[in-house]
Amino acid sequence: MKSIINYFKEIFGAILGLLKGMKVTGYYFVHPGQIVTEQYPENRDTLKMFDRFKGEVVMPHNENNEHQCTACGICEMNCPNGSIEIISEMQVLPDGKKKKVLSKHIYHLGMCTFCNLCVKTCPSNAIIMDQTFEHAVFDRAKLTKVLNQPGSVLKKGVVE
Amino acid sequence: MAEEIIGGKLEEQEFSINMGPQHPSTHGVLRMMLKLKGETVMEVKPQLGYIHRGIEKMCEKITYQQSIHLTDRLDYLSAHILNEAVCLTVEDALGVEVPERVKYIRTIMGELNRIASHQLWWCAFGMDLGALTSFFYGLRDREKILDIFEKSCGARLLLSYNVPGGLMYDIQSDFQKDVKDFIQYFKKKLPEYDDLLTGNPIMQQRTKGVGLLTKAQAIDYGVTGPSGRGSGFSCDVRKHQPYSAYSKVNFKEILYTEGDSFARYRVRMDEMWESMSIIEQLIDNIPEGDFALKMKPVIKLPVGEYYTRVEAVRGEFGVYIVSDGNKNPLRMKFRSPNFSNLAVIDTMASGQKIADLIAIGGSMDYVIPDMDR
Repeated sequence: MKSIINYFKEIFGAILGLLKGMKVTGYYFVHPGQIVTEQYPENRDTLKMFDRFKGEVVMPHNENNEHQCTACGICEMNCPNGSIEIISEMQVLPDGKKKKVLSKHIYHLGMCTFCNLCVKTCPSNAIIMDQTFEHAVFDRAKLTKVLNQPGSVLKKGVVE
Repeated sequence: MAEEIIGGKLEEQEFSINMGPQHPSTHGVLRMMLKLKGETVMEVKPQLGYIHRGIEKMCEKITYQQSIHLTDRLDYLSAHILNEAVCLTVEDALGVEVPERVKYIRTIMGELNRIASHQLWWCAFGMDLGALTSFFYGLRDREKILDIFEKSCGARLLLSYNVPGGLMYDIQSDFQKDVKDFIQYFKKKLPEYDDLLTGNPIMQQRTKGVGLLTKAQAIDYGVTGPSGRGSGFSCDVRKHQPYSAYSKVNFKEILYTEGDSFARYRVRMDEMWESMSIIEQLIDNIPEGDFALKMKPVIKLPVGEYYTRVEAVRGEFGVYIVSDGNKNPLRMKFRSPNFSNLAVIDTMASGQKIADLIAIGGSMDYVIPDMDR
């Protein structure tokens, strides 16, 4: 007799447990406003990432096509993966002094792990993290980027 | 052969199959060689090496600041705590004391990380047992924490927010409000988890009494974290050897003595409540001050050996550095909790059914990149 009672007790308890779970799912079924879904590809125009989001490294240029990179190479040294290469050339100034001038700041996005060390250690704030995130491309070669724009020069007044 | 089957002469015999390396319930590329007799598991032999990246060796070639971002990639679900472990070791070796503000923020972020990880574990555990609903509910709440991370740290999963001597940036001005909002929100939502899964009779029958691990076995194998505490093994480093701001808060170590999968489940559910209480105690009292010490651009540790342990989400995580005075370590060894927790699976799963092995694996909360490194 006792085992029969226990048998039905177990069934009753199981149904009660299931109903409890169904109550939660049922609540959201009748309250669709509380369901949070990011309508991602549709909300592209309004989607804004947070300011600190680490998307990719970029080099900001001002309206006169001037950047702030002195080609010191600190970002290259600090990168753990070797995703930054700096190619510079020596320029002789009119007063006879030699000066290092940036010719190419090469950034391999495919090797970058977004650790932020290059941006943090840059002494002249020449590079920053951008908030872009759609990085998929069909050709891997497109992931290698030259950050300084063609024809750009060093902004006046920036010293190492 | 056919005659044997028809004639009923087929003898029962052991056979071995591979579970993984590509199997959804192993949560990564873990290969388990199973010896089965019918549906009963006789032996489990885990085979590692499918996601070995040589992180310890890579650390020998780079500086201490650079090795932070590699520890993200061990146990990626407790990235912040692992970063903290390396930072604490380096700071300990240099003999510097970080500002109080840094300690508080590190503790809050670490506990948020713990909640986020337990939420994801809850999602995946439900899914392992066939309850897909839990997956959506857990991820919904985890998203709130990831937004907080993204706002202050700039990343959602691989944070790299700690640097030796402090933090990468200061917290955002509305960090405290966001965290308090989240705590209020999650206090309402966490009982839903219990309604959905904890009280579910199918889930209870599949976990109660399954995968028994005694306290002695847990200590023998070095099973730490929630898995060890489910067996009554008091191993919380936050309690026994407080680091950062853990000495300033009141919290209790969750201990269950049953040692089965359900006990490990309950430890993690209760830990979420405890983590919330730790955050609540700290969030209003973050002291003013610097968010980082001024460190030298190239850190050179004095010659010697240094070891620090922290309580990561899955157990005790240790960092062992041997320095010869150069800018990069001579040897860097990580004591990862998952590796020790995996070793015990043979003891737990032998004699159980193959479906129970999934429940045991889920309740141990394995992260494979942490085992292989």
